[in-house]
Amino acid sequence: MMRYLFPLVIFAGLTTLFIFGLQNDPRYVPSPLINKAAPEFTLPTLHKPDQNISINELKGKISLINVWASWCAACRIEHPLLNNYTKKYQLNLYGLNYKDKRSHALQWLENLGNPYIESAYDEIGTVGIDYGVYGVPETFILDKKGIIRYKHIGPIDDEQFSRIIMPLITKLKQDQYP
Amino acid sequence: MKIAPKILLIVYFLLSNFVYANDEPVVFQNRDLEERYYLLIEEVRCLVCQNQSLADSNAPLAQDLRNEIFKMIQINKSNTEIMEFLVKRYGDFVLYRPPLKKNTWLLWFGPFLFLIVAFFVTVLIIKKQSGETQVNK
Repeated sequence: MMRYLFPLVIFAGLTTLFIFGLQNDPRYVPSPLINKAAPEFTLPTLHKPDQNISINELKGKISLINVWASWCAACRIEHPLLNNYTKKYQLNLYGLNYKDKRSHALQWLENLGNPYIESAYDEIGTVGIDYGVYGVPETFILDKKGIIRYKHIGPIDDEQFSRIIMPLITKLKQDQYP
Repeated sequence: MKIAPKILLIVYFLLSNFVYANDEPVVFQNRDLEERYYLLIEEVRCLVCQNQSLADSNAPLAQDLRNEIFKMIQINKSNTEIMEFLVKRYGDFVLYRPPLKKNTWLLWFGPFLFLIVAFFVTVLIIKKQSGETQVNK
């Protein structure tokens, strides 16, 4: 009896392990920046090259930083959702325009709408490196003190927005930290 | 071969040079720095194409990070400092040799654990079989 049971148990164990393993997304790399202060930056804004925006402008409120680019196909999928969310909810959404051409980025906002309070223009991607950006679009949620509380990699969808992002923002507004 | 195809071929090879030369050339003051650079970019994983190192990858992010490493070498940052810079931003995942930590314990010692288990299972089977043959006698 034992003779047949033993391989069966091992087989069942390995199968469960693989089933769980397959559900993980290998492209998802946890960020070491979670619960750390958002990296400092000062960048020109997308719309006004002679004006700067710095991280300090985002402090004192719950804010979101969405990393986007006009060359990024997944951003195109995400964009109408962002438009929708900022219309529906009181979100302080900022953009980080990553390694883009200014004219292309402006055209993109012109055509598709601008959900951002302001977009910072990271032409050569150094701020992107400081934020550990590796797959545009990415979205960071910052609390009132400017500490990163969540990082979303890839385009946000409605399910993730209502299940993870919105509840977290509500919690942070009440000064509850995960 | 007529002359036109030859010229076309020459033009083709000249152009293909431009296609591949998307990295700025790296020039070092001395051999040591150069060796360090090539060693480091072999040790760091590219996050866009995860099974390639920075040295192998043609992804724009890999180019940027190679460039960043190059700049840090130029201003005399140590290897540890450079690795810390990367880990601070991208996590331990960028290292091809993960550090020994609580959550990598299983990764480092798991294989030995399996070896020990396998050893005991083997001993068990051998004992059982030798017992059986004695009974058969």
